[in-house]
Amino acid sequence: MTKLDRRTAAVHPVDHIAHSHRLRWPEALPWLLIAATYLLFPSYLALGSQVLIMVLFALSLDLVLGYAGIVTLGHAAFFGLGAYTAGLLAAHGWSEPISALFAAAVVAGAFGAASGAIILRTSGLTLLMLTLAVVSLLAEAANKADSITGGADGLQGIVINPLLGRFDFDLYGRTAYLYCAAVLLVMWYVVRRLVHSPFGRSLTGIRENRLRMHAIGAPVRRRLVTAYAIGAAVAGVAGALQAQTTQFVALNVISFHLSAAVLIILIFGGAGRLYGAFVGAPIYMVAQDMLSRLDPVYWFFWVGLLLVLVVLFARGGILGCVDGVRRRWP
Amino acid sequence: MTSPALETRRLSKSFGALVVTNEVDFKLERGARHALIGPNGAGKTTFINLITGRIPHSAGCVLLDGEDVSALPQEARVKRGLGRTFQINTLFPDLSVLENVVMAVSERQGRGGDLFRPAGSRRDIIDEAYDLLERLRLADDALRPVRTIAYGRQRLVEIAIALGLKPKVLLLDEPAAGVPSAETALILDVMAELPAEMAVLIIEHDMDLVFRFARRITVLVQGAVLTEGSPAEILADPRVREVYLGERRHD
Ligand SMILES: Nc1ncnc2c1ncn2[C@@H]1O[C@H](COP(=O)(O)OP(=O)(O)O)[C@@H](O)[C@H]1O
Ligand SMILES: [Mg+2]
Repeated sequence: MTKLDRRTAAVHPVDHIAHSHRLRWPEALPWLLIAATYLLFPSYLALGSQVLIMVLFALSLDLVLGYAGIVTLGHAAFFGLGAYTAGLLAAHGWSEPISALFAAAVVAGAFGAASGAIILRTSGLTLLMLTLAVVSLLAEAANKADSITGGADGLQGIVINPLLGRFDFDLYGRTAYLYCAAVLLVMWYVVRRLVHSPFGRSLTGIRENRLRMHAIGAPVRRRLVTAYAIGAAVAGVAGALQAQTTQFVALNVISFHLSAAVLIILIFGGAGRLYGAFVGAPIYMVAQDMLSRLDPVYWFFWVGLLLVLVVLFARGGILGCVDGVRRRWP
Repeated sequence: MTSPALETRRLSKSFGALVVTNEVDFKLERGARHALIGPNGAGKTTFINLITGRIPHSAGCVLLDGEDVSALPQEARVKRGLGRTFQINTLFPDLSVLENVVMAVSERQGRGGDLFRPAGSRRDIIDEAYDLLERLRLADDALRPVRTIAYGRQRLVEIAIALGLKPKVLLLDEPAAGVPSAETALILDVMAELPAEMAVLIIEHDMDLVFRFARRITVLVQGAVLTEGSPAEILADPRVREVYLGERRHD
């Protein structure tokens, strides 16, 4: 008997599906690691916050790419919109951080809904090119509007009030780290609910076989636009966190480069599994940190090579390999 | 007089200069057991695609329950009781057999867009899907990913998904295509147990299966209806013999 058989033999299939959304213990692992990092590595919390932000960003892409199957090279458009929304609010006197997160989510989500309603009429390579076009247009707009965005010099003068009116953003990045972790926890909960909902299952259905989803009466395009907009809103929150915790917004928050990086993170970690973002982001960012020190000129070449290997030999990313191993050795 | 469950009037389709459906007038009565036969490339699958709205028609119209649905998108026609299966398996390969059917039941109940309530909390939906698997003798494979089960059983999942929609009109596109003849009996059993009030149109090459199941047969040749009648009439029709013998000679 294989492990799958033994695990499921006692459980009625209906119960098996009915319980599939229950929390299992490995899902506590990322949170234990996040807490341990705070306690054990107090001098790395600035990098830690960056990692948490990338986890959130990659998690938002997982909804769009991993679940709904929308291949996009333009996801940084939403990260950037969120960053500029929060940054501009804070630079113009709206210094309360949490309400600014909501504002960033609304702006990025609305832009995701509007652009998604247009570009999701297409699919495949056309769609890929259109996502790229959207992020390029937006990047150029941010560059041109330098009186608002600060252009290439970046957006300065961001002032953030203490969190909940009490906790100052300290020099060591402790508050920032805990803030990012708390926001990530809330967003993870929301995304997790989503992917286990009928809506989330139907996204998987669309990814697996769009033709059949049409044939069972699902409003496919509406579902995709909704997923795209929600993914955009969550990406916007990640961008806003970045603006608030670094108190700076550079033009590169809206870039093809960042879009590609988050895509690589998700593919490394494993797309469509909810936790690929948690695995991919820390590995990618630590590797980037080390590789760029070892080989400052060609480090991205090594990242590219690693990506080729993952795509060729480990389609499910790191988590896919873990699943494979667990299936073989019960 | 009640209207037929499904009707097409002068329904036509051309791909460029190629006329694939040629002014087809067709009626599927309530509770019908109707077969659509014809040589390969006659336009049978295209006819189904036009009825369901998967591809746009060039002229004519489609009526469900006497109402013109020609302008409606696929999903609206499904909501009005139109279900179909595919000649080539069109399943969710990595999902389990049970989840494949849950997907259809969930959409039929209008729950497919629910954002926050876990899909697993809708026990009624999962139970209904599982009952369907039992009816189709698929319960043993309920948790297996659909791509891992035998091809003949995947053909049953095709039917199970369509039945999950509780359609008033069911269009079966070669349900036994590619299934070894020893296993077609199971598919025939399943078809024999379909609810009496459901109107069923089947496209099938296996003449044995057609004559056992159908009470009425329409013959389609080069996109046009050649003839329609009872199985006995079709069997006796020399034109039909010619079409089939002719096809065999070309093979
Ligand atoms: N999308 C399409 N574009 C061009 N020709 C098509 C298309 N779909 C089907 N055809 C042509 O229409 C004819 C009928 O095909 P089809 O409906 O699949 O026949 P059947 O199901 O009776 O075997 C064939 O000659 C086929 O090549
Ligand atoms: Mg066909």
